[in-house]
Amino acid sequence: MDVLYFAWVRERIGLPKERVETSATTVNDLVAELIAREERYAAAFADTSALRVAIDQELTDFDAPLAGAREVAFFPPMTGG
Amino acid sequence: MIVRVQDIPFDAGLELNGFAKGRPDVGAIVTFSGLVRDVPGGLQGMEIEHYPGMTAKAIEAIAAEAQQRWSLADVLVIHRYGVLEPTDPIMMVATASKHRADAFAAADFLMDYLKSRAPFWKKETTGDGADWVAAKDEDEAALDRWS
Repeated sequence: MDVLYFAWVRERIGLPKERVETSATTVNDLVAELIAREERYAAAFADTSALRVAIDQELTDFDAPLAGAREVAFFPPMTGG
Repeated sequence: MIVRVQDIPFDAGLELNGFAKGRPDVGAIVTFSGLVRDVPGGLQGMEIEHYPGMTAKAIEAIAAEAQQRWSLADVLVIHRYGVLEPTDPIMMVATASKHRADAFAAADFLMDYLKSRAPFWKKETTGDGADWVAAKDEDEAALDRWS
């Protein structure tokens, strides 16, 4: 699946988008896999309560299932308006 | 419903004059404009990042929700991204209805939701450097008003 990062999450991880091959069944599982990869992921995902996640461009929760997901995006709380 | 996500500036006055034009059923139009405001330390610029695949869809869903809750003749949302300067318009919302109560309430609702549920992130540059604007707890709490 494609994993996208925005704002300071993108800056901490150092890229806007990557292709991730994963067997993770939930967003939380995917986050745990990413954290185990490298320190920059651990830094970005240190506090997931400060983050938001979207699956296929719809906001969801970190315990949401990933079955069928094509695109997962991680970002800080939004500051529109 | 008109939703525009764009990097170029817009003229809020021109947009207002064209909005819901020629609709004799419309008795009220409410608009809100958000501008780039100065901050302590002096704002040099603002950069707004967004999630291109999601932004317009998220705004359209929020506007559709407003249309379900209130009797609206039309809704307009324009939101910029990219590099902005102090005093630049960032975004505007306009709502048109038969009577003013619907237009006021819908514009208020739209702003609360656009603030916390549309995928935009603001980064401010001052003399001290550049930093992401943190979301405020009160903005999240404001959504409870509508549940």
